[in-house]
Amino acid sequence: MSDTPIDSSKRTWIITSACAGAVGGVAAAVPFVSSFQPSERAKAAGAAVEVDISALKPGEKITVEWRGKPVWILKRTPAQLESLAQTEPQVADPKSDRKAYTTPEYAKNQHRSIKPEVFVGVGICTHLGCSPGDRFQTGPQPSLPDDWHGGFLCACHGSTFDVAGRVFKNKPAPDNLEVPPHMYLSDTRLIIGEDKKA
Amino acid sequence: MAHEFKEISPNASAGAKVTNWFENRFPTAFDAYRVHMSEYYAPKNFNFWYVFGSLALVVLVIQIVTGIFLVMHYKPDAALAFASVEYIMRDVPWGWLIRYMHSTGASAFFIVVYLHMFRGLIYGSYRKPRELVWIFGCAIFLALMAEAFMGYLLPWGQMSYWGAQVIVNLFAAIPFVGPDLALLIRGDFVVGDATLNRFFSFHVIAVPLVLLGLVVAHLLALHDVGSNNPDGVEIKAPNAPKDANGKPLDGVPFHPYYTVHDIFALSMFLMAFTAVVFFAPEFGGYFLEYNNFIPADPLVTPLHIAPVWYFTPFYSMLRAITSEMMYALIACVLLGAILGVVKARLPGFLKGGIVIAAAVVVLLMLSIDAKFWGVVVMGGAVIILFFLPWLDNSAVKSIRYRPSWHKYLYGIFVINFLILGYLGVQPPSPVGERVSQVGTLFYFGFFLLMPWWSRIGATKPVPDRVNFTAH
Repeated sequence: MSDTPIDSSKRTWIITSACAGAVGGVAAAVPFVSSFQPSERAKAAGAAVEVDISALKPGEKITVEWRGKPVWILKRTPAQLESLAQTEPQVADPKSDRKAYTTPEYAKNQHRSIKPEVFVGVGICTHLGCSPGDRFQTGPQPSLPDDWHGGFLCACHGSTFDVAGRVFKNKPAPDNLEVPPHMYLSDTRLIIGEDKKA
Repeated sequence: MAHEFKEISPNASAGAKVTNWFENRFPTAFDAYRVHMSEYYAPKNFNFWYVFGSLALVVLVIQIVTGIFLVMHYKPDAALAFASVEYIMRDVPWGWLIRYMHSTGASAFFIVVYLHMFRGLIYGSYRKPRELVWIFGCAIFLALMAEAFMGYLLPWGQMSYWGAQVIVNLFAAIPFVGPDLALLIRGDFVVGDATLNRFFSFHVIAVPLVLLGLVVAHLLALHDVGSNNPDGVEIKAPNAPKDANGKPLDGVPFHPYYTVHDIFALSMFLMAFTAVVFFAPEFGGYFLEYNNFIPADPLVTPLHIAPVWYFTPFYSMLRAITSEMMYALIACVLLGAILGVVKARLPGFLKGGIVIAAAVVVLLMLSIDAKFWGVVVMGGAVIILFFLPWLDNSAVKSIRYRPSWHKYLYGIFVINFLILGYLGVQPPSPVGERVSQVGTLFYFGFFLLMPWWSRIGATKPVPDRVNFTAH
């Protein structure tokens, strides 16, 4: 180290130019970080999907793709609909009151759908995004409780849902399956991605 | 540092003249060879645990070389990626071999690195003055995990896709900023082409550069402070025995002594490595998961998804955090706070601080979903390793001179880690969940209680010189 006294004016200018350089560096980083955002093309791809459910029989489920996600359309049997009353005390959020995935008003009921028998839901677990598998067989079976009434099991982390997509208590997933905005164009034609409000 | 220009006798051999010509023009390279190889004195009592650092370096080279050749044929495009990997496997001459070397190399990397870390753990290699060596090492481990995770997306199979979906969604669990952060990582609303492209970029250039820089820092820091050894005796300490030239009597030059040692280990390693590459590249579904031979399908998750084996201990800890488990964790926080207030000799305002901090943590634990805490636990399990140098309060470094029960404790730690790893590849089950919760508590207890348990019991006398019998 030299014994020369510190030239405070020089030091001030060094600090000033270093700060100016840092501001420039941050400004230059903005476009790079911004480039991580979804592109305009990715944002544009989100059109509503129209589905014909006339061929769907009770107990059957079809899957359609909407915004890259699987959307399930399940036509529930009367027995499955009755099971919702039995699962009511076992599920974490029976009235779909939680806000993380807002359930549309028309699906804020026990069957979480517009028509009681037709369930429309995004088949993506609210835990970490796996697509749960169908477990419509009732009764004891591996990975499921013995009083199983039918529903969905997420194989990734073991979350279980009833046939209305309501998550059971004390499971990794905090929320019920998302119900996408949807409406009926006719008795058998359904549009997913748009509803009457929009 | 100016080097003196050395003249050489005109009668010297041609080889000596060439060497002299280069040494006068690039002395740094010659100095580096001396500092890091021929005059780097390493303790002479290294055992087989000391080969894994060199092996990790070799595996890194294997991964870089095979990776360069794979990039020549691979296509980072969601529509083409899966088929291009199959093209490498079927149509590119010897492509299958290069790809199997790369995929086996990934698992080999973790095997070697886990053993290398365990060596550091039992011989106290992370302790003063080697804290930074250990921290650089932990950073390498973290970078390696990122590298492996992003590389795993590239074949664009079912496990690639859903594994990435799950891990990216981990970030979405962070309160407030999570969903936007996950969007920024994916570059789309779901894992898709944009995600594949950026992971490819990170996997082939960004992370490897960071990894190489960290490896250099790890080695330079190690060579500055000198290697530890199984006895934990400092061979370069001011009062350690040295010869007339000041060279440690308990040290031998890295080259040729440990280059030979490591080359022997390398030949053993390569036998095992090539055996896997040629005869069991999928390794029963552990190195290459069977579901990854199915192209990625965003609409269907395979019935059983699990990460590759090297992530499963941490994945088990993630799965262990249910809302029930949160009560156990809250109890742990309260217990810690009570002990801190009752037992610790601290001024009153610090004790008040402990109470307030515990109250805030408990409130957060009650108000934020278990899902977020699962992510915190999984990340914390890796991050806690960085703090090891300051958690260990034992009077001695090496396990050889610690109380005998330490060996059992470390044994249980390893078994616990293996059980967590095993549970992570299994489908979720109620019994497995309970066991992994106990295992998670043990894993964190091992580290967080180390400041206390490492002081308990009588240590054995540490010798002045390393234990060494010539062979």
